[in-house]
Amino acid sequence: MTKKLTCISCPIGCELTVYVEGDDIKVEGNRCPRGFEYAKNEVTNPQRMLTISVKVENGVMDLVSTRTDRPIPKKMLEEAISYIKGLKVQAPIKRGDIIVKDLLNTGANLIATRTVLKK
Amino acid sequence: MRREKVDVLIVGGGAAGLAAAISATESGAKTVLLERDRSTGGVLNQCIHNGFGLHVFKEELTGPEFMERLWEELKEDVIRSNFTVLEIKPDTREVITLSEDGIIVFEPKALVMSTGARERPLNSLRIPGSRVAGIYTAGVAQKMVNIYNRLPGKKVLIVGSGDIGLIMARRLKIEGMDVVGVVEIMPEPGGLIRNVVQCLEDFNIPLWLSHTVIEIHGKERLSEVVIAKVDENRKPIAGTEKVIKVDTLVTSVGLIPQNELIENFVEMDPINRGPVVDDYMRTSVEWIFAAGNNVAIHDLVDFVYDEGKIAGMHAARYALGEKLPEVKYEFVRGKNVGVMLPQKFTGTQPFKMYIRPTKSLEKSVLKFSDKIIRKFNWRIRPSEMIDLVVKNFEGFDSKITVEVSNLD
Repeated sequence: MTKKLTCISCPIGCELTVYVEGDDIKVEGNRCPRGFEYAKNEVTNPQRMLTISVKVENGVMDLVSTRTDRPIPKKMLEEAISYIKGLKVQAPIKRGDIIVKDLLNTGANLIATRTVLKK
Repeated sequence: MRREKVDVLIVGGGAAGLAAAISATESGAKTVLLERDRSTGGVLNQCIHNGFGLHVFKEELTGPEFMERLWEELKEDVIRSNFTVLEIKPDTREVITLSEDGIIVFEPKALVMSTGARERPLNSLRIPGSRVAGIYTAGVAQKMVNIYNRLPGKKVLIVGSGDIGLIMARRLKIEGMDVVGVVEIMPEPGGLIRNVVQCLEDFNIPLWLSHTVIEIHGKERLSEVVIAKVDENRKPIAGTEKVIKVDTLVTSVGLIPQNELIENFVEMDPINRGPVVDDYMRTSVEWIFAAGNNVAIHDLVDFVYDEGKIAGMHAARYALGEKLPEVKYEFVRGKNVGVMLPQKFTGTQPFKMYIRPTKSLEKSVLKFSDKIIRKFNWRIRPSEMIDLVVKNFEGFDSKITVEVSNLD
């Protein structure tokens, strides 16, 4: 199987060609090793980082921005989004604080990406 | 009215301004950074998506994380928020500002302009129809959703496939809006391909290339728009019109560098729409430096940060009495070169150069006066800046023609 992909590991967006033969995966067009990893994952188990905001109570802002600390399976994005949208956290929150540990058993934590002080 | 003498005055507290403040203070200059908003960080505050900092921090961060890292890097308290700069007087080197403390006139030895860019509004597209509620620029929609926890509407069409437009398509979908699609007048997406993949394809949001909005309808609130396919001259093709019922239109149709404060007395580049700069990020006025999206629109905040550091450091050196080298070389745009900076250089140090090709090419070369500087074995696009370090200046005339051409 041959597949054309655009690498999303960084903003350069290398155009990749992936050749899959059984367990053997070959990648062309990547300018760095992350491109190989991306292509391999993309044809076996596509992963995405999720960035989303979470509601805050008693904070100087109504929302805290968060992200998963590692990519999660693409097919779980929808489920993760609806779960996170139901959450509320209490201020103060520090950047890096874990908002959800092991999000839906993905092995990824949802962490705060900014500081929100108490009102 | 109060007067204040400083070594380096920085106007604008986004990524470029914060970076300039870091390097200016590290260089030992008495520095003040003026920010018109309540808090610094600029657009990083509302860019909660990832993709920032890969070059600078070797990590993939979100906008707020990148911003807080810069705050930590800035060891001295030099930030003054809620400050508006009213006027810069080039002859007397005065900067007139307004804040809660009234009018303060700064007398800086060097100035760094890091005022960023603003979004091109919908009205610049000259679309006939009503001017109704429900039309937002992507940045405003982003601020509503990410800072103020408000959705701009229920059903949205996005005009323009710039990065902010693509990112907002995903963001609004995640927040529960019905995102009908993205229309792009050009035959290619305007933003980075990674954003087309992970913002549109992942979320099944259609992208209509060579399409534009030709009519806007609604009474008080937007109720529908008419889109149509365009020909190669970007003229709508009759018979291809399609009515789309939406209550919201989000536009991502480009950024305009903000240079109102200096454009009347510094040399401006009509293509970049920012000041002409050298490798020290110095403008045509020797005490005024510039960095970031006011110089030219950049792809990455990492590039903006690097430029801010350079501008801040050299502004500090100049302010502390060092004589900076004179410009010896000038770049001239040749074939297929759009945005380009710096336009001049001294030939005293290696420096980073940024070039935006004017059209996509499969395989190409970058030439300086017919000498091949770099080969590209991949597709280059107007939406992706080429960045390179220029080290070797020997054997070049004072005018160097820059060209991007097909590899024969």
